[in-house]
Amino acid sequence: MTAGASEDISAPLPPLPGHTSRGRLERVLRAGEFAVTAELNPPDSADPNEVFERGAIFDGWVDGINATDGSGANCHMSSVSICALLTRVGYSPIMQISCRDHNRIAIQGNVLGAAAMGVNNILCLTGDGVQAGDQPGAKPVFDLDCMSLLRTIRQMRDEGRFLSGRKITSPPQVFLGAAINPFAPPYDFRPYRLAKKIDAGAQFVQSQYCFDIPMLERYMEQVRDMGLDEKCFIMIGVGPLASARAAKWIRSNVPGIHIPDAIIDRLEGAEDQKLEGKKICIEMLQQVHEMKGVSGAHVMAYRQEELVAEIVYESGVLKGRKPWKRESNPDFEAVTDAVETVREQINTPIDPAEVVAAVSEEQ
Amino acid sequence: MAKSAYQASDTNPITRTSAFYTVRQWSVRHSRGLERIYQMLATVFLKLHPLWKAIGYRRVEKPVVFVEKTVKSFLFDCRMCGQCVLSDTGMSCPMNCPKSLRNGPCGGVRANGNCEVEPDMPCVWVQAWKGSRNMQAGDNILQVQPPVDHSWRGSSAWLRATAKSAEEQAAFKEGAGS
Repeated sequence: MTAGASEDISAPLPPLPGHTSRGRLERVLRAGEFAVTAELNPPDSADPNEVFERGAIFDGWVDGINATDGSGANCHMSSVSICALLTRVGYSPIMQISCRDHNRIAIQGNVLGAAAMGVNNILCLTGDGVQAGDQPGAKPVFDLDCMSLLRTIRQMRDEGRFLSGRKITSPPQVFLGAAINPFAPPYDFRPYRLAKKIDAGAQFVQSQYCFDIPMLERYMEQVRDMGLDEKCFIMIGVGPLASARAAKWIRSNVPGIHIPDAIIDRLEGAEDQKLEGKKICIEMLQQVHEMKGVSGAHVMAYRQEELVAEIVYESGVLKGRKPWKRESNPDFEAVTDAVETVREQINTPIDPAEVVAAVSEEQ
Repeated sequence: MAKSAYQASDTNPITRTSAFYTVRQWSVRHSRGLERIYQMLATVFLKLHPLWKAIGYRRVEKPVVFVEKTVKSFLFDCRMCGQCVLSDTGMSCPMNCPKSLRNGPCGGVRANGNCEVEPDMPCVWVQAWKGSRNMQAGDNILQVQPPVDHSWRGSSAWLRATAKSAEEQAAFKEGAGS
């Protein structure tokens, strides 16, 4: 980036041939790099700074930030507005859309709005059932499902038409994603389901938390046999477990997360369970990185977001590559310099008259 | 929510016991036989197309819907979406999925193959995959299903399918004749 301050960081990148979006995530993946994404914990607040702060934690370590859409059916700031805020300062968000809360009319409108605000990546999800969240009395919408949602947005992008066939003057240029869970039954059908998602328009997929490498390897074997890893970028989800108790709670209360006993035993045996959880995560990340057919990782560290940078750094999966960083954010050296200067001068008495004179002389 | 003396035994929106799913699971186990019966029925309905037309599809709709609803509600817990895909989904009705997934199963399936929303209910899509393995056209489960048209709710899928195949047949004959 040589243009400096005059460059608009929220503007899309110049289009590239063969790319469907003008975002960084697609560029990184298509360049064959191991991509890393993370999940932003959405605030329960109307303060934009909370979003910026939570995004800044990942600065320079990830290629995309997932903005969740009421994950676990809990109410938080909406994904489209988090994305709008993040794109303003140049981050590359992955907007999640869950079919639980919006019908097809609302979703298509949101897709256009998000694309207009510079969102380049959309992840299509069915969403958790309302019973899982803090407002189980809500009406579950589920008008579309993840598959028909993928198809709908692909039609909007490639044919420039709404689901009804009405024309869109400027179609949304987005990179389409979906979710996979290789760790839930029916295991033999899961690769076929990925094939269906690719057929419906998925260009990249992010998986549920992986704590079982052999199970993932069995899944990936079938995926590679079907040639699906060449049609779609597969990113595997990893994350640190805070403690053995947390792991047990997740296993019995959060649907779709499979944690083998060996992991829980290892956590229980460790002196510092949080550190051990991080170590397990780093090992998973390294093994996933080595696995054939895997294009990236999705690091989900719910309420431990500060660990993402350490996990990515210590695992070494980026191999020295430095993802985009907010330019307006001073780097650590600049901050240290400023702190040093303040420390040196803190005891020097200041004469206001002298300071004014000095400033006017400079001008 | 304030606690009252009465607490529902199951706080899910749809409260049922596991005995409710017996017939539904029988249908999935006998998917091949049901597929044959359906194919026969579809042929008969198609043969009767001139009759339906003579009486008027709109006039026969009410009695047909009554029969269809009774039969399919008993066998499949049919929800009368009006666009039946049972023959593509292993004779397990996807409208019984609490997330109404037409292209399941979701990632929340429990390790025992039950639903994440209704812990006592076997996941309709795990059942669908099982049922489809016994069927002749079982690989139809690999096709992406379009979203449900909610304006068709409560109408007869049988008559709609019959009218559609009659049209296709006519178009085919026309194409062959010219």
